[in-house]
This record gives sequence, structure tokens and C-alpha cells, in this order.
Amino acid sequence: MKVLLARTLLIVGAVALLEILCRLGVIPNFTVIPPSAMAQSLWKILASGKFSEDIAATLTNVGIAIAAAMVVGVALGTLLQSWPAARRTFDPLFATYYAVPMYAFYPLLLVIFGLGDFPQIAIGFLLAVMAVIINTLNGLDRVPPVLLKTARVHRLGLVSAALRVRLPYAAPYVFTGFKLAVAYSFIGVVGAEFITSSRGIGYEISFAYNNFDNPVMYAMILFILLLVISVNMSLHAWEKRLLARRRRA
Amino acid sequence: MICSLRGVTRVYPGESAVHALGPIDLELAPGEFFAVVGPSGCGKSTLLDVMAGLAPASAGQISFEGKPVNGEVPDGVGVVFQEDASFPWLTVYDNIAFGLRRAGAAEAEVAAQVGYAIEFMGLKEFARAYPAQLSGGMRQRVCIARTLVLKPRLILLDEPFGALDQQTRLLMGDELLRLWRETGATVLLITHALDEATMLADRVGVMSARPGRFLDIIATGWPRERDSTIVANESFGRMTSRIWKLLRGESLRAMGHG
Repeated sequence: MKVLLARTLLIVGAVALLEILCRLGVIPNFTVIPPSAMAQSLWKILASGKFSEDIAATLTNVGIAIAAAMVVGVALGTLLQSWPAARRTFDPLFATYYAVPMYAFYPLLLVIFGLGDFPQIAIGFLLAVMAVIINTLNGLDRVPPVLLKTARVHRLGLVSAALRVRLPYAAPYVFTGFKLAVAYSFIGVVGAEFITSSRGIGYEISFAYNNFDNPVMYAMILFILLLVISVNMSLHAWEKRLLARRRRA
Repeated sequence: MICSLRGVTRVYPGESAVHALGPIDLELAPGEFFAVVGPSGCGKSTLLDVMAGLAPASAGQISFEGKPVNGEVPDGVGVVFQEDASFPWLTVYDNIAFGLRRAGAAEAEVAAQVGYAIEFMGLKEFARAYPAQLSGGMRQRVCIARTLVLKPRLILLDEPFGALDQQTRLLMGDELLRLWRETGATVLLITHALDEATMLADRVGVMSARPGRFLDIIATGWPRERDSTIVANESFGRMTSRIWKLLRGESLRAMGHG
């Protein structure tokens, strides 16, 4: 409770400080507008429905990137865990994957997929998928041998054992991969929208920035912040419930 | 005979191959309770794995109900392990229902069978609990119930009470005897506890140090209707002492003192 109070006070204090500094002109409005003005502007934007299409486009693309990363990541993680030779081959790639700046591939993705939503989705997917693979592998590595024997006693085949025993056991780890996939997909998609896109939250922030439209720019930044924080907090609460079932009394 | 082993050996291959088991010859009669005791590392669990089809025999033949066992757990064989094998993501009810659902049983049948098993194993209050909320003994009961609902004709138990205290083990032994009588299944129990083996079994197989072979198979001669009070029987002490005499030298040998 004390931690929650301290955390709330810290956030409220930081926002209040920014508000005061902006109102006193210590931080010029040309650089940052007061948080209350950001909130007002966001409220107006949401009420007018002006950017509804952009918000829907971003959320759809993020959703597709997450879904694809989960399906491909869990499938590949399961396959690699059952195939040690392939895993050893790919290990160096896992270790260096996040050292590769994914946005460097954006021109290539434009050539492959053309203009439209696919390059953004691809960047989101590429950033998210490795987190899912690594966490799936991590979870599957921890399945106790006795559960694998139990699966054999119940005469489960490879696929059935993966779906009914190995992956359910690894679920908390896969869930961590999912949480990371959500974060990486947002980063990938919104970031890619900044570069060459004609719609989406990232595009609108970039457009507002280029036109010195601080109220819109900060409102959209605030929107994306609130959205990602809410999604992460919900996932965190869900994860806690999932883990509570497994914690020994 | 429900299960028969002839000249069964198990060698773990590799640069320094380990001869873990055998040769073993054993025949189990339908409805028999057979216990296996032996020094640590003598290959008791390997014997169970080979009988269950969880590990291949390096030589010899194993058959269950007249059919050879090779590399797959035969239909009608249930196994309970020493380690906690309950599924932590499922409730007690769903853990016990796991095999029935997998076999495609109708939900009404699942409810009837699982309900009975839950009652039988004294888990009624915990049907909706997760394994994490149960004690070690209760989790082991869940695993036994999960095996029982499938009505196996041969139940292989690998030190199922190994992690429990003495009193709980005696009581769990009573429960095991009760379900053995009720189901009519053949039971093979691997245990390191001589008193447990003597109390529960119709016959006790005493194994040598690695590679494990049967030094002797001792018939206890207990009536089918029995429980843990049999430990007060005069011949119980004599029988346990006879098994220990056979085992002592082997245990010393296993510890490197022989």
C-alpha cells in the first residue's frame, strides 16, 4: 500500500512540476505544453473522432503483429525445443537478434510489401517474434521430466503432448513473451508509421511535429502512453492471477 | 500371467556404458500385489520404466497380457511416480479427469468417474483447488486418482510415498490396499522402505546392488483383507528382518563398502 502511495505521489508530483514549469514559462509552450492542455486537447480529439481511423489502423496493425508473433513464436519455440541440433544452429542468431536495428530493413520491406500497412506490421512482428521464441524455449526447458513421462503414460503424441502438457506448463513464460510482444509490436508499428505511412498514430504525431502543432502532437503522445500503460497493467494483473494458482501455499 | 519379464536387461549406452539392470525374470499374477526393494541405485526405477514401456530393454522380452511391450506404454497400464506429477494449471477435478477426457469419455461419465475417485481418495473438499494449494500427500493422491479412473489392469508405483512422513505413509498404505482390493488390479510397488514392502505386498522382490537382479522373492502370505495394523503381527518383524539380511550386504556394496 505504501509503495502504491509513493508511486502515485511520484507520478502526480512529476506531472504537477511539469504543469508549473510550463505555466510559469520556464519551459516554453513552443517546446512542451502543460499536461492539462495535453489532456484537454486529447479529449477534444477523441470526442471529435478526428483521428479514429488512425487509431483503429494502428491498433489493428499492432493486433495483427502480436497475433502473428505469438503463433509463429510459440510454434517455432516448440519446434526448436524438440530439435536440439536446429536450436544449436540458431543460438547465435538469438543472442545477436536485438543488436540488429530492424528499421534498417524498412526500405527492403517497402520493396517486398509495397506501400500500405504490411511494412509496419512486419517491423512490429520482427521485433516481437524473438521475445516469444526465447520465452517459449525458456518455459519448455523447465517442464519437469516427470510430466513428460506422464504425457507418455497417457500415450500423448508429440503434438498432443505439446498442446496438453508442455505448453500449459510453460504458460507463465509464454505469457512473459506475450507481454514483451505487445510492447515490441507497439514500438515497431508506431515507429514504422513515423517513416513512410499515410495513416496511424505514429504518422499523425510525425505530421503534427512537422507542422508545429504541439496540442495534437502531445495529445497523441499522451494517448499512446495511456494506452500502452493500461494494456501493460491489465496484462500484469492477469499474469499475477495466473501465477497465484501455481504458487505453493 | 498379466505381465512377464524374461532375461530383461537395461544398459545405458555411451562411451562408458552402464549396465543398470538385469537379467530380470519375473511373472506377475492377475490381482497380485508385488513390491520391489533394493539398495539405492540398483535399478528399481529403471525396472519400472522398462515394464511401463517408458524405456527400452537392452535385451530380453517383456509382455503385458501376452503382448510384447516395446517403447510405448500399453493400454491398461497406469504409472504413479515418486515426484509430483500433478498438472499445476488444472484443478484437482480436471487433473483427475485428464486421462478420461483424453480418451474421449462423455462429460457425464467423466463427472461420475471423477466424482467417485475424488470421494474415494478423500479429496471432495478440494475438487476445485489447484495442486499448489494442497499438501504433498494430497497431490500424490490426485496422481493416484488420475491413474485409477482409467481403470488400469496393472498399476506401477515408483516410491509414491517416498516424500511423505512415516504416519502419512502408513495411512496412504492403507488407502493403497483398499483401492487394490476394490479395483482388483495388479500392483507393482517400488519402494526403499522394507516395512512398507512387507506390509503391503503379497510377494517382495529383493534386488541386488547394480546391476539389479532379484536375489530372492519372498511370499508374505498375508490375507487379502489387511491393513497397517499388520505391523504388530509377530511374523511381520521376522519377514522384515529376513529381507534386511538379504539387503544389508548389497546396500553396503552399493555404498562402496562391500
